[in-house]
Formats: sequence, structure tokens, C-alpha cells
Amino acid sequence: MLSVFTIARQELLLARRNMWVATSVILMGLFTTVLTLAGDAPSGTLGVDPLLVATTSITTLSVYLVPLIGLLLSFDAISGESERGTLALSLTYPLSRGEILLGKFLAHFLVLGFAIAVGLGLAAVLVIWKHGMEDLSFAPLLKLFVTAQALGAAFLGLGYLVSAMVRQTGVASGIVIIIWLVSVVLYDLALLGALVADNGGSFTKNLFPFLLVANPADAFRLINMPDVSVPVLSSGLGAAGGASGLAGQVTSLLLWPFTTLFAAWLALRKVEP
Amino acid sequence: MTALLLENVTKTFGKLAAVRGIDLKVDAGERVALLGHNGAGKSTSLRMVLGLTPLTSGRIDVLGHAPGSRAARALTGYLPENVAFHAALTAREQLHHFARLKSVKTALADELLERVGLGHALNRRIRTYSKGMRQRVGLAQALLGQPALALLDEPTSGLDPISRHDFYDIVDDLAKGGTAVLLSSHALTDLETRTDRIAIMSKGKLVANASLPELRAEARLPVRLEITTSPDATERISASLGGTRMNGQKLWLTCKQDEKMARLGQILALGGAVRDVDVTPASLEELYRHYSGHNLEAP
Repeated sequence: MLSVFTIARQELLLARRNMWVATSVILMGLFTTVLTLAGDAPSGTLGVDPLLVATTSITTLSVYLVPLIGLLLSFDAISGESERGTLALSLTYPLSRGEILLGKFLAHFLVLGFAIAVGLGLAAVLVIWKHGMEDLSFAPLLKLFVTAQALGAAFLGLGYLVSAMVRQTGVASGIVIIIWLVSVVLYDLALLGALVADNGGSFTKNLFPFLLVANPADAFRLINMPDVSVPVLSSGLGAAGGASGLAGQVTSLLLWPFTTLFAAWLALRKVEP
Repeated sequence: MTALLLENVTKTFGKLAAVRGIDLKVDAGERVALLGHNGAGKSTSLRMVLGLTPLTSGRIDVLGHAPGSRAARALTGYLPENVAFHAALTAREQLHHFARLKSVKTALADELLERVGLGHALNRRIRTYSKGMRQRVGLAQALLGQPALALLDEPTSGLDPISRHDFYDIVDDLAKGGTAVLLSSHALTDLETRTDRIAIMSKGKLVANASLPELRAEARLPVRLEITTSPDATERISASLGGTRMNGQKLWLTCKQDEKMARLGQILALGGAVRDVDVTPASLEELYRHYSGHNLEAP
């Protein structure tokens, strides 16, 4: 079990050396700052909780950014080491493949968490600086942090899975870009198209709510934007409340990281370096 | 005590038989060299011992444990062919990592880096290392925790002659400490003096497995005699002994191992006309050619 921490320690060092930490933090920090400042202008006069405005903007941003960072951190984890020849040597040491995977996950999860924390922290500081501490509710911010970590973990797991299944890093990078595009852009477009085509039929009533929360990015969006868009969409639909409701969202966000990590472990067990 | 035992080990990749029924035993403190041409099955055999590649059939025993089991890996040191490390780490960081995985004190890792001659470059990134320096880092990690079994795949590739000498000194120390050493190499001249036993693989089969003198006796390769004569006697001696003239005062003869003494007697009988005699037994290279060239019949 100590090996997990040894692996994690080395991965953290490597992430720092290879500038992954800096890249992730700059990405999150830059975008959250810009969004907080840009979104702040109108809210001041409208009397809406300025932090809520900020978290809403940041949620929209995180749907794109957190999966991207997760995949960037993980796509190279197995295939890259296998290609460079460092994996074969690691596997001759007395530790299991599960420990290697878990150690890498722990390190990447920390890097991701650090980047998200820096981003959200900056947003909170900016809001407090402009509006003071009164009337601010920090619960949405905390929820955003926890769910963003879960979202990131899901895509870390997906990245490892791809990385363990293909032999070349180049191929892995191509596949994770496709996964990213599909899950954060194309999936929603496809659902929207299907909704329009179905025109309120059985797909909209029975299948759509499940398909919506099945995508962790959508589950993340729903859970952090409770009173915008989607409940409006599903308010007239009987089944929607159950499947795409809070229980469904939490289940999706919990199930994805565990399932993908387990699948990645199965794939890694088959790797012959 | 047997450290490593291979019994009738076979590995096939699809239709290709990479290793065909080899038996090999390495005892504690023994230095065994595994020779063979490229693709003879050396690396595959080592990888099977490490559990990186599963066997098709046969049995491998590593100090009483299954190959690739945690217990076996804890007792084994491995230097892979073309060893690779994380280029962004320093040698010290990399070796400390391996030391932690093997539950060895990190101070010992520093000592080992010193011992393989990297004391001056401990804190430099491995990215900046030459091939020979990387090879030394590889050797240092294989030595961590004085393994009971050391598997060294082409350990001297990229090392200059002096470094090779140092390397074999380290191997000797390892063996004296009771480590069973199995190494594969192409640098044949080093192996003649620095190993106890030589195993030769050819096309996936073990075609020889004995000490150098035993291999020589078995192969019955000719012994070469080089005779230096006084200039005026060369013609006469050449006529009486046979052989090939190299120049005005040198003569080459070959004879079977068991005829050597009789032949030497003839030479000595010629008296003062013979100034010097050099006797050269078959070199490892000749033996290697002999064993890997013949014995190639299909199973």
C-alpha cells in the first residue's frame, strides 16, 4: 500500500517538472478570473448574489475545462510509459498494477484539485474584494469544487482506460480529443437534435432524462445550475424529475470515476510492456 | 542453493516459437552468461523469469516463488536492454523512487550511485546523461537491496572498456555476496574471464550450457600454435611440421586439443631454431560460432 504513495509522489514531481501543474492552474485561474470579472458587471445592480453569478459562469466553463485537464493529465500515463520503456522496469518491482494506477490517479487527482481550488479561490477573492463578505453563500462554491473533482476523476479514469488500451501515445491523444469533443459538445447537440425530432414523444419522456444524466458533464452542469434551463425543459415531463434529478446526478458523478478506473485497471492488467 | 530454475520452458508468439523447451539452473553466487544471436530468445527468457511475459508451457522457479510474484520480484534485480528512465528526474530522485519501491533506505541508493561512478552527476536531470551514464543508473537500480537474483540484459552495451571492467568488478562483488547473476551479452571477450558458466541459445533452444573449459573440450575445436623461428630455419621447420607460414619467421599450426602435448614435444625437439611458441585455445567467439552454427536441427 505504501507503493501507492511512492508512485503518487513521483507522479507529482513529474507533473511539476513537466509543467502540467502550472498549465492546469494557469488555465483554471485565467478563465475563472476573466469570467468572474466579466459576469460581475450586471449583477451588482440587479441585487443577485454575486457569488452565485460567478459559480454559474464557472460551471459552464468547468464543463469544458475540467474534462480537458483530466484527459491531458492521464492520456499518456500508461501508453507513454510503455512506449518509453519505463513501465517494464516499474513492473519488475514488488508492486501491483493496481497500485501503479491508484498512485497515478492520486497524484493527478491532487493536481486537478489544486487547479480547481486555485480557480475557485480566485473567483471568491475577487467577489469578496468587490462586494464584501455579506450576503454571500459559499455552499454553491463548495458544491462546485466537489463535483468538479468528481467530473475530473471520471475523465482521468477515461484517459487511463484509453492509455492502457492503445500502444501508442499518439493514438491515445487522438482518442481522448474525440472523447472530449463528444462528451462536452456533440453529445448535447445530438440530444437536442433528437428532442426536436421526437417532438415530445416517448423518447423525450422516457429516455431523454436518463441519457442526459448518463453523461457526467451534463450531470455536473445540472447539479450546479439547479434553477436554470434544464429543469425548465423537463418540468413538463413526468419521468424527468426522477432520473435527471439530484439522485441521478450524484449517481452519475460517482459511478463514472469508479467504473472508468476499474475498467482502466482491467485494461492495465492485460498490458505486456 | 538454486536461485533460478527453468524447466522445459517454451514461449510461442502465434506461430513463432521464440523459446523452445529450455532447461537452465543458476545457483546462488554463480555467474552465468547467456549468449545468442539477435532473436535467439535471450530477452524473452529473461522477461518470462520476471513475469513480464507469461510462459506457454514449462516451469520457472525463482527462489521458491512463481515468476512475477511479489515475493519473486522483491528478491530480483533487473537491468533491461535499452534501459529508460523519466528524463525530467535527476538520477538521485529516480533511484530514491526505486529504493522506496523496494523498501531500501534511500541513503543506500546514494551509495550505489557513487559506486557505479555517478557521484558527480547525482543531481543532474537524466535527460542530460549519455548512454553509458544511463546504463550505470540502470545497473545501480538493479543492485538495490543486494538482490538474490540479478538479471542483466546486455549490461555492458554503451560502456567503454574501462567501465566494462568496473562493471564486472561489481558483478564479482555481487556474486561473492551470494547473488545469482544471469547476464546476457555480446561482448564475448569480457565473459571469458568473468563468468562461471556459459549458456548459448540459438533459435530458441539452449545449445550449450557449461563452463568454458568444458565447452572447449566438448567442441573439440583446434588449438592454434604460433611458432617464432630463427629466420634461416623457417623453411626447414615448415617442411618438418607442416602448417602455414605467416612471414619470414612465423608459422601457424593447428591441432586437436588432445594432440597438443605431442605437437609441443615435436616443436621442442627442434631445439634452438624455435625461439618462441604461443598456444591459443579456441576463443569464446569460436566456440560461440561453433555452438550457434551447428546444433540447429529442428526439435
